[in-house]
Amino acid sequence: MPVLFAIAALIAIVATALAITRLDAVHALLYLVVSLLAVALALFALGAPYLAALEVIIYAGAILVLFVFVTMMLNLGKAGRRQERAWQPGRSWIGPGVLAALLLIELAGILLRAPPRLPVHTIGPEAVGQSLLGPYVVGVELASMLLLAGLVAAYHLGRGLVAKQNTKMKAGAR
Amino acid sequence: MMPWGLALAAVLFSLGLAGLLARRNLLLVLVSIEVMLNSTGVAFIAAGSGWNQPDGQVMFLFILAVAAAEVAVGLALTLQLHHQYETVDMDAAAQLRDREEE
Repeated sequence: MPVLFAIAALIAIVATALAITRLDAVHALLYLVVSLLAVALALFALGAPYLAALEVIIYAGAILVLFVFVTMMLNLGKAGRRQERAWQPGRSWIGPGVLAALLLIELAGILLRAPPRLPVHTIGPEAVGQSLLGPYVVGVELASMLLLAGLVAAYHLGRGLVAKQNTKMKAGAR
Repeated sequence: MMPWGLALAAVLFSLGLAGLLARRNLLLVLVSIEVMLNSTGVAFIAAGSGWNQPDGQVMFLFILAVAAAEVAVGLALTLQLHHQYETVDMDAAAQLRDREEE
């Protein structure tokens, strides 16, 4: 196992574990950014440079910015942290932890019987693009329709909200 | 190398599952779902790199599109929940539940 992959994987696991246990949503998101950047490095070590770049741009960039923006709009602050402490006593982690550990043991059992270690092949953007727009072109069209549906749904859900907030702010200003 | 990439994916997926089951804050639940989707992508890429096929990376691109659409709708729903109930607790949105349980 190359050193680069080992370090990146270790950082990714630790940062993810911290991200899902933080009480403050902003801290959780910042640890998630670290985790995603480490995963991008791991993808690079696994021979996928194009996808490593996309992971940084789309996951750590666009999606996390969306999260941070919504956290900012919710503005939970200290009250939110107090609420989280009430919601998440230590024992709330026992059940989920046991279930996740069982899943991990099962997956480890499968991986121990996996085929022998294969060499890493670096696959550049060219091969990915040719495959994407060749045999998978229908998938690209469907993904674009899915993104359009997501856009319309997010606009529909958010539209009334913004209008209401504007009227509230105007009323407050008066 | 491939088993190590798959092992990383397995650990990340388990962590995401634990977070998904344990958290009540809808925002953190969405974060856990992101972690799980991302770990699936790592598994695809590790397998694709092991067998020298670009298909794994193509699948990761599709996962990326699904994650983006999911997070846009999920965060809009979070804002709506916070607007309606003044909380980000998932259990607040249990209006359709059978009343006799209470």
